[in-house]
Amino acid sequence: MQTRNTRMGIILFAVYLVLYGGFVLINTFSPESMEATPIAGINVAILYGFGLIVAAFIMALLYGFLCDSDDGEASSTEDDQ
Amino acid sequence: MIYEPSVSAAVIFFLFVGITLGISFWLGRKATDSKGYFAAHGQIPWFVNGVAFAGDYLSAASFLGICGMIAFYGYDGFLYSIGYLAGWIVALFVIAEPMKKLGKFTFADALDAKFNSPGIKLAAGISTLAVSIFYLIPQMVGAGVLVQPLLGFPHWAGVVIVGVTVILIVVTAGMVSTTWVQFIKGTLLVIFSAILTLMLLAQGFQTATGGNDKYSFRTFGPMSEELDEEAIARQLNATVVAPDGGWAKTQVRGYVRFQDNETGRISTWSYRSNKAADIAEGADVFLDEAQTVGSDAARNVLVNGEIKGKEKGEPELHPVGHISKLPGGVDKTGPVGPLSFFSTLQESEIVLWGNQKVKEADGTTTTVYFQKPTPGSRVLRPGEHPKFKGIRSDNFIGKLNFLSLMLALFCGTASLPHILIRYYTVKDAAAARKSTIVGIGTIGFFYVLTLYMGLGAMTSGGMDVTDSNMAAPLLARSMNEWLFAIISAIAFTTVLGTVSGLILASAGAVTHDLMSSYFNIKMDDHQKVRVAKIASVVVGTIAIGLGILFEGMNVSYLVGWAFSVAASANLPSLVMILFWKGVTKQGVITAVVVGMVSSLGWILCSADSMEKVFGMSASDALVPFGQPGIVTIPLGFITLVTVSLLTRKPEKSVAV
Repeated sequence: MQTRNTRMGIILFAVYLVLYGGFVLINTFSPESMEATPIAGINVAILYGFGLIVAAFIMALLYGFLCDSDDGEASSTEDDQ
Repeated sequence: MIYEPSVSAAVIFFLFVGITLGISFWLGRKATDSKGYFAAHGQIPWFVNGVAFAGDYLSAASFLGICGMIAFYGYDGFLYSIGYLAGWIVALFVIAEPMKKLGKFTFADALDAKFNSPGIKLAAGISTLAVSIFYLIPQMVGAGVLVQPLLGFPHWAGVVIVGVTVILIVVTAGMVSTTWVQFIKGTLLVIFSAILTLMLLAQGFQTATGGNDKYSFRTFGPMSEELDEEAIARQLNATVVAPDGGWAKTQVRGYVRFQDNETGRISTWSYRSNKAADIAEGADVFLDEAQTVGSDAARNVLVNGEIKGKEKGEPELHPVGHISKLPGGVDKTGPVGPLSFFSTLQESEIVLWGNQKVKEADGTTTTVYFQKPTPGSRVLRPGEHPKFKGIRSDNFIGKLNFLSLMLALFCGTASLPHILIRYYTVKDAAAARKSTIVGIGTIGFFYVLTLYMGLGAMTSGGMDVTDSNMAAPLLARSMNEWLFAIISAIAFTTVLGTVSGLILASAGAVTHDLMSSYFNIKMDDHQKVRVAKIASVVVGTIAIGLGILFEGMNVSYLVGWAFSVAASANLPSLVMILFWKGVTKQGVITAVVVGMVSSLGWILCSADSMEKVFGMSASDALVPFGQPGIVTIPLGFITLVTVSLLTRKPEKSVAV
């Protein structure tokens, strides 16, 4: 099932995995780094956390935009048992 | 706390719930055949379905549990928000389209599309049931939580009301109406959470010495010399109670109890800056007024040393949640912006509440709730919640528990049966994709709001120290009684909606996967729907029982477990079937069974279950940490690959 949409999904998934994995690993092994306040007195924990949520939405939009509208295969909703 | 029902609140509440249910019955009246009942004829518009995704997903756990955890411990609750949302990425990028192309009605159909093996249907059907029931527990607990402050009913009554209402919805309606319930409720939840957040920002922060019943908690100190308990007792017109029984053993944290000379009432105070031993070393020591809940010999509930009252004005716990210091020493900030909300808190000092149980020889216990003034910078960092403390220690097991939870949240979403069935309610893969994107947008926005609402609740002065799940509704109440009624009604329909979705998923599993596919019972459409309805009643009844049993556990933590089971049992098969040609039916069956049994077993053997379910000591736990995901998810994958490789040849053999 290696269609264009599937490939795209896997690539975007990998990108998000790195972002999320980074967040989790920093929390686990260097929780102190989350306390720094680089921007406007707000700490990394909140900035990174909000960033992950926003990134999820942007990447979802990107995926929707890049996908073929019809993958060339009809869905199988007709078949009832 | 004593919860006094208010008539206007109750009216709004029932109006809201009534309208939602009315719409659901009206829209669901046409769903008589099985296709309409389970999959809404595949004709739900994608936008509606997307918001309904949010409705399904933003359950009691998100709204009550996350807000509550943030309100009591700070940032840690938000880790759940992040994990829950990240899970959607797996659902959208990896699972959504192939799922839509493969399946018919249930998750088992999708797994089995290639093999047509009754064994797979059996295993997947059972795992759907297990996950759904596990996920039902926190929803039912949440229901009890909501009804209590609003209508003044006890916890169990709330659980029963939800259970019965949901069974009614599911039996009379089906997927069409649950979808519309979810859509309406998802929309309202996000809108009113946004309103609540805006009100919080407009209100800003102010310092206080106690909660919003105007009771101010007293503190003595700092005392750098030897602390004189007798002198304080004289000031309070009381005498020091000798630390006997369970109190003597409480060396972890120091307490002093004073008995009032006139009323005979015993008040409990806790030492701050640590242990009594620090006094000798000359550290600054404070003595803070604490709150207690216990019972006397006659089994009366005692709060702060008095028998708990039944109406306002009688003895009860004081509401809590205040800021003791604001940056710059001001009393009030005035309106804050969405960013200065955090930067202000970062520089403030907030009084959180810890608790400890004091056990007496006769079996009675007293829970002491003590003040914990905490700098904002600590409130806003991860690792303050007891479950997450592990990341701040050198203990690797604690870190592993955290990794395990975050992995389960990431993998769990895509394997939740009630989320998966929503892919069948739209007409094609493109619509499934679009509704997922709408879902992610809605859910993400809501999760951003959870941090504001949670921290707002923390400083609202309206918290009940005994129950973190109550934080969001109590926050609304501290603002305005009407808002409280509306928010509670929405949260209540939230529970109704999620529970209906889950029960429907279980009913589908029983009807399709177990009855018609495994036991090969031939049923026409009407019979199928009837069997599904009977199954709904049974599952609903089980859920009511479990909801009463698990009162008081933070619902988010319970949901974390449900995610672990879902991810361990379902994800390996789902992913491998989509991406690896070598999967065999034996591989799928063993992977589902091994994933389900190992994760359930792990949870039952964990310290939390030992303590809260079986009433044993936490040290009896047979597994090193609470969250199974990091062990059992890979185990599921390994099992699937190994068994598939071993059974590769007889692909065309006769089905079991």
